[in-house]
Amino acid sequence: MELREVRGPGALGGGWRRSLELLYLIGVTEFKRTYFGTALGYLWSLCRPLLLFAVLLAVFTHVVRLGSQVQHYPVLLLLNIVLFGFFQEATSTATGSVVSQEAIVRKTQFPRLVIPLAVVLTSVFNLALNLVVTFAFILSFGVSPMWTWLLFPLLLLALLALTVAVSMILSSLYPRFRDVAIIWAVLATALFYATPVLYPLEKVRGLIGDLIALNPLTPIFELARRWVIDPSAPVEGGALRILVPIALYLVICASAVWIFNREAPRVAEEL
Amino acid sequence: MTLDEPIGTATLTTPSPGRVLQRPVVIEAREVHKTFRIPDRRIDSFKERVTHPLSRVTYRDLHALRGVSFDVHDGEFLGIVGRNGSGKSTLLKIVASIYRADSGRIRMAGRLAPFIELGVGFNPELTSRENVTLNGVLMGLSRHEARRRLDAVLDFAELREFADLKLKNYSSGMMVRLAFAVMVEADADIMLIDEVLAVGDAAFAQKCMDVFRARRRADKTVVLVTHDMATVQSFCDRAMLIHDGEIRFVGDPEETALRYYRLNFGGERDDRLRSGDVPDVNARLVDAWLEDGAGRRVENVEQGESIGLSVIFEARQDLINPVFGFHFRDADGVQVFGFNRTLELDEGEPDVLRAGERVRIAGRIENPLLPGRYFVSSMISRNRSGGDLALHVLRLLDFVVYGTQPGPGSVSVKADVKAVRELAP
Repeated sequence: MELREVRGPGALGGGWRRSLELLYLIGVTEFKRTYFGTALGYLWSLCRPLLLFAVLLAVFTHVVRLGSQVQHYPVLLLLNIVLFGFFQEATSTATGSVVSQEAIVRKTQFPRLVIPLAVVLTSVFNLALNLVVTFAFILSFGVSPMWTWLLFPLLLLALLALTVAVSMILSSLYPRFRDVAIIWAVLATALFYATPVLYPLEKVRGLIGDLIALNPLTPIFELARRWVIDPSAPVEGGALRILVPIALYLVICASAVWIFNREAPRVAEEL
Repeated sequence: MTLDEPIGTATLTTPSPGRVLQRPVVIEAREVHKTFRIPDRRIDSFKERVTHPLSRVTYRDLHALRGVSFDVHDGEFLGIVGRNGSGKSTLLKIVASIYRADSGRIRMAGRLAPFIELGVGFNPELTSRENVTLNGVLMGLSRHEARRRLDAVLDFAELREFADLKLKNYSSGMMVRLAFAVMVEADADIMLIDEVLAVGDAAFAQKCMDVFRARRRADKTVVLVTHDMATVQSFCDRAMLIHDGEIRFVGDPEETALRYYRLNFGGERDDRLRSGDVPDVNARLVDAWLEDGAGRRVENVEQGESIGLSVIFEARQDLINPVFGFHFRDADGVQVFGFNRTLELDEGEPDVLRAGERVRIAGRIENPLLPGRYFVSSMISRNRSGGDLALHVLRLLDFVVYGTQPGPGSVSVKADVKAVRELAP
C-alpha cells in the first residue's frame, strides 16, 4: 500500500464515484425526511406552487388587471413561479444544510460540497415534477410546441448553476454568521419582486426597470418567456442589459467557488 | 513497576513493540501543528460586527498540537493516552481529515474508519437502516456493499428489531452500539477509535474487547485513544503519551501507563518525564533461543518437556542494580508465569553491568503449559532504589507447545485430588 498525503477536509476530493453516491444518498434521505409524516406526502411539493399560482393569478387578473395585457399570462405566471420557487427553495434550504448535517461533518471525512449539492438535487426532483405539470398546463392553454423548447434546458442549466453557487455561498457562511439565514429570507423575498416573475420586464419603465434588468435572474426568466410561451415577446437589448447580468452571474459563481474552498476545511471547527 | 514484586500478580500485558516495528508504515505524521483561535468574546453575527465596528476581536491562541511526529506501522495496535485537553482528539481528527493541520504533513496508506466523539456521524431523523448505509459509504464502501453489510451491522449491534426506528428514539447506549458496529463492519485497513470504552454497559465493553482481540489476531491496524490503562497494557504494542500538545513518550505500554499515572498524580515529579530524559533502549538483544533436553536449538516445545531458555543481552549504558524479568504469555498476551533474575555476583563485586558488557541468562524451566501458542517477553529495569523505571521491554520468542492433552486454561498442574463416594452418616 502506498502512502497518500492527508490534506484534511475540503470542498472536493475522495473520488468521484463516492461523491456521487453520497450526493444521491443524502439527496434521497433529505427528500424522504421533508415529506415523511405529511398526509399528502410528495403531492405537497406540487400543491405549493399551484396554490401560490392560484392566489397570484386571482390577484393579477382581477385586482391589478395585468393579465389581460400579457399574452398567455396565467401559464407564464405558473412557469415563472415554478422556476423561482426552485431557486428560493433550494437556496434557503441549503443555507442551514451544513449545520443540520453537523453529525457527519464533525465525525467523518467527505467532500463538503456534497451537502449543499444534495439539497439542490432534492429541489431538482421537485422542479422536474413541477415542470411536467407546468408543460401540461401550457399545452392545454393553447400554446403549441415550438422548436425553441429545445433551448429551454440551457436556461435550466444556467438557473441550476446560479442556484448551486448561491447555495454554496450561503451554506459555507452560515456556520460562522447565523444571520445569513434571516438576511437571505428577506433578500429572497425582495428578489422575488425584483425578478420578472409576476410581470414581464417590458411593463416596468424607468430606473426601476433598468435596475431589474441588471438582476442575473432576469435574462433567464425573460428568455424562458420568449422560448417557451410567447416567441413574439419583446426583448429589450442594450449592451449594459446584456453584459451586466452576465458579469454579475460570473462574479457570483467565482466567489462561490472561492468562498466555499476557503471555508470548507474549517467548517467542522466552527460547528 | 518494580520487578521485585512477584510477577505472577502482574496485569495482562502484551508489551511487544518489536512485533510491528519492522512492518511498513501506514500512518506517518511529521511536525503537525494545530492552533485554535478562541475569541474572548465570540462574534456570531453581523450585528455585533456592525454595532462594534472598531472593537477588535481579541483572540486567545490554544495550541492543541505543537509539532507532533510519529509513525504507525501496519498491523500495529497503538494506544494514545493523555489527560483531558491534551490534544489527543484533535490529533485523531486531523488524521481522519476532519480538521486540517496548520502545518506539518500526514501521510496514510489504506482505508480509514474513524470512531470519533462516540459516534460515526448519525442523522437522528433517519432510521438506523438509512444511517448504516450512509455511513458505510462515508467510510469508503460502495452503496451496494454498504447495503450488503447492513444485516451484519444490525446483528453485531443486536438491534435488528429496531432497524426501522428513527435514531432519535434510540437510547444513547443503542446509538453507540450501532456506531461501533458500523465502524467494525466497514472492514477498514485502519481503525481510529476515540474513547469507545467510556460508555456502554459491561456486555458492550466485552464486545469491544472481542473486537480488539480479533483485530490483533488479524494483524489489523488500530489507533485507540483511551483513559483505560488496563486496555492499553493488554492490547497495545506501543502507546503514546500526549501532554500539552506534545508527545512526551512513545513506546512500551506499561511505561506509558506509568508515566500517565505520574502526570495525573505525580505533581512535582512531572518534569522528570520530559522525553529524552530517559533513553528508551538500555540494552540490546544479542540472541535468544529455546533448547530441547539434548541442548539442540528448537522452535517449538513438546508438552511436558522442560524448556531450555538462553538469552544474551548487551548493555548500552551502565546498568546499576539491573533486574532481568521474563514473562511467559499466551497468544492473547495474558501472562501465565514469569520470574526475575539479578546478576550473580562474586564477593564484593559491584552490581553493575557496564556499557558494552554482555549478560547471559540461561537455564531450564519446568513446562506446565498446555498445547497452544505462547511467547516470552522480557523487561530490564535498573537502579531499583530510585525510580525503578522499566526501560526496555521486548518480545523475545514466539513458540508453540505441541501435545495431545489439551485442557482448560493455559497450564496443567499436578493435582493429587480424588473423588470418593462418601458413606451415609
